Amino acid sequence: MAALTREETASLIAEVLEVYPEKAKKDRAKHLMINDKELESSKKCITSNRKSLPGVMTMRGCAYAGSKGVVWGPIKDIISISHGPIGCGQYARAGRRNYYVGTTGVDAFCEMNFTSDFQEKDIVFGGDKKLAKLIDEIEMLFPLNKGISVQSECPIGLIGDDIEAVSKKAAAALNKPVVPVRCEGFRGVSQSLGHHIANDSVRDWIIHNRDGQPFETTPYDVAILGDYNIGGDAWASRILLEEMGLRVVAQWSGDGTLAEMENTPKVKLNLLHCYRSMNYISRHMEEKYGIPWLEYNFFGPTKIKESLRKIASFFDDKIKAGAEAVIEKYTPMMDEVIAKYKPRLEGKKVMLYVGGLRPRHVVGAYEDLGMEVVGTGYEFAHNDDYDRTIKDMGDATLIYDDVTGYEFEEFVKAMKPDLIGSGIKEKYVFHKMGIPFRQLHSWDYSGPYHGCDGFAIFAKDMDLTLNNPCWNLMKTPWQKDASEAEKKAA
Amino acid sequence: MARLRQCAIYGKGGIGKSTTTQNLVAAMAESGKKVMIVGCDPKADSTRLILHSKAQTTVMHLAAEAGSVEDLELEDVMSIGFGGIKCVESGGPEPGVGCAGRGVITAINFLEEEGAYDEELDFVFYDVLGDVVCGGFAMPIRENKAQEIYIVCSGEMMAMYAANNIAKGIVKYANSGSVRLAGLICNSRNTDREDELIMALASRLGTTMIHFVPRDNAVQHAEIRRMTMVEYDPKHKQSDEYRQLANKIVNNTNFVIPTPIEMEELEELLMEFGIMEVEDETIVGKTAAELAAAKAA
Repeated sequence: MAALTREETASLIAEVLEVYPEKAKKDRAKHLMINDKELESSKKCITSNRKSLPGVMTMRGCAYAGSKGVVWGPIKDIISISHGPIGCGQYARAGRRNYYVGTTGVDAFCEMNFTSDFQEKDIVFGGDKKLAKLIDEIEMLFPLNKGISVQSECPIGLIGDDIEAVSKKAAAALNKPVVPVRCEGFRGVSQSLGHHIANDSVRDWIIHNRDGQPFETTPYDVAILGDYNIGGDAWASRILLEEMGLRVVAQWSGDGTLAEMENTPKVKLNLLHCYRSMNYISRHMEEKYGIPWLEYNFFGPTKIKESLRKIASFFDDKIKAGAEAVIEKYTPMMDEVIAKYKPRLEGKKVMLYVGGLRPRHVVGAYEDLGMEVVGTGYEFAHNDDYDRTIKDMGDATLIYDDVTGYEFEEFVKAMKPDLIGSGIKEKYVFHKMGIPFRQLHSWDYSGPYHGCDGFAIFAKDMDLTLNNPCWNLMKTPWQKDASEAEKKAA
Repeated sequence: MARLRQCAIYGKGGIGKSTTTQNLVAAMAESGKKVMIVGCDPKADSTRLILHSKAQTTVMHLAAEAGSVEDLELEDVMSIGFGGIKCVESGGPEPGVGCAGRGVITAINFLEEEGAYDEELDFVFYDVLGDVVCGGFAMPIRENKAQEIYIVCSGEMMAMYAANNIAKGIVKYANSGSVRLAGLICNSRNTDREDELIMALASRLGTTMIHFVPRDNAVQHAEIRRMTMVEYDPKHKQSDEYRQLANKIVNNTNFVIPTPIEMEELEELLMEFGIMEVEDETIVGKTAAELAAAKAA
């Protein structure tokens, strides 16, 4: 049951839209919908992947963020150069908590900021020579890097630098991949285009590098795609896959390596967690190498069980039995978690606003704890994401695309959720409103949340947040006295 | 001291902006005016006749060598030439790389911050690359820079198209600031009725032809020696032409927001003067074969 009825939700949307000027109202109305599980397609009821309106306080990022920050950045043995002025690289550095095993600065580089630090003269005279020099210096100082990517910031596209020529020359000289990525921030409407550009550059410069080379395969080889190992998510997922008898050849791209990516065309099945950011390369591998891909969801026991069985269905009885054994092994542990936390969380209402997959993927985990997601939305989704969301969300729940700061606050005021899951930009607004809040991009510096180990942490974190005694201290003593006096009078 | 007057010279590429600017500035300096030339073109050929040099070392080139523009001093970038004329070239990248427009912006900001526009100066002339291709090359006509724009043109069709387009650019900045069109300078190519044509164009644009500079090979002779006319051969009649032009600019008070004309009007004007054939609309989009067939019938 939703927090509001269909009619109440409709009138809430109308009321919230009321403050906008006519043109903005018309535009924003298209980005808000009331869920109807019967719908086959989201096309008629929500518009997505459109330019945000000026002045609305959108939470979106840019193409550079999508490419450097999301897809390329977490590959641990590749050095990604932020090509352009220094700010983009510095503020995108190590921000997403993509964990990795390795020695930073020796054989792993994710937490470092490599940048060409553009100055006025580089804009005027072009940065190609500087880029070539930078690549030489990287090679000298960090010889264990396995490859380099050049992540274009805005000015590179404006002044027309030929990073492709520099990259080709450097790749030939170093005998390792040097990948030019045209992810200038002004391209597209959000970070989403950056994911696509990054996928395309992997397709053009990486994926085929080991075609025809010998590689010892097994019938049980899989790759994890679209898991960025935030707080160790991919590791927690990998445990389950390996225990059911699969061999995980590659992790894209959290704690991933170039060699893993190059060997991915040899796997039997691609397992796709974040559909939005890696469906492009999955489709490419399907077309070129005939590798099927499967979307899965490792948040919460219900979805984990479903996913394990779905994955096993691609393999023989040994793996199917393996999946059942894994489920059997972890069910008591999951039941224990639920027994402990469900009584403390049951019936609580949640509103979400996140990025690529979580606005729908975490719904099951909350439901396992007896909680209900009454509103959800994406920063940069496309309609295929909403098609999938319709099935995961309850009837008459509210779905918002590229929600504005104002709308989100108003929806929260009206729907009064017990918990909000969103990002750092939203966090303190809602804290000040006295509403429990968890960051669902960074797991609020906790995690992992994927897999069975992750679910235990997820449940504990939600409890710690929601049932934190601080929320009872929101009222000052004299406010409390007044309300108690009122009660007594009544 | 009179108020510093800042003038920008625009015009179609190859029309003779740099030559005209340097010759008129030399004539101005000869009459005792304190003048500075700021070249706004990566080719850096706006000061060579004043300095007797091939190409002056530019602000951007020096900035690249020193590390950043903040590391430069004014004396590093400014050279003094004939008649005490101060010369600066903004400079920029070779063709096909980087952003020349940003170079112009950086160089002019540098000159302002370093106080190049000192109290002594009477005039600053910006000699700007042929077409205003992007925001950088409009820098000299933005707020607090050149208030007077002179367009160099000739009686050739493309030069007049360019003049009209530049006038459109001026309107944009004139409406928000103090930049004004100050006149057309006709640098003669010896076409028929050239003076009348340019006067007619000037009046359509709401301005005047401030001077008609006749064509004279002596200018080329001076240029081969990297000199201006007044320095090379002060007694030559062509030197007097530049003196007249300089004098007219000094005394000019006719500053207007231009009224650029539509393409049709410009074409009519060109047809009136026989520069453009009257168009035969019936042949538009017809292939040679079709025309031959039509003729046969």
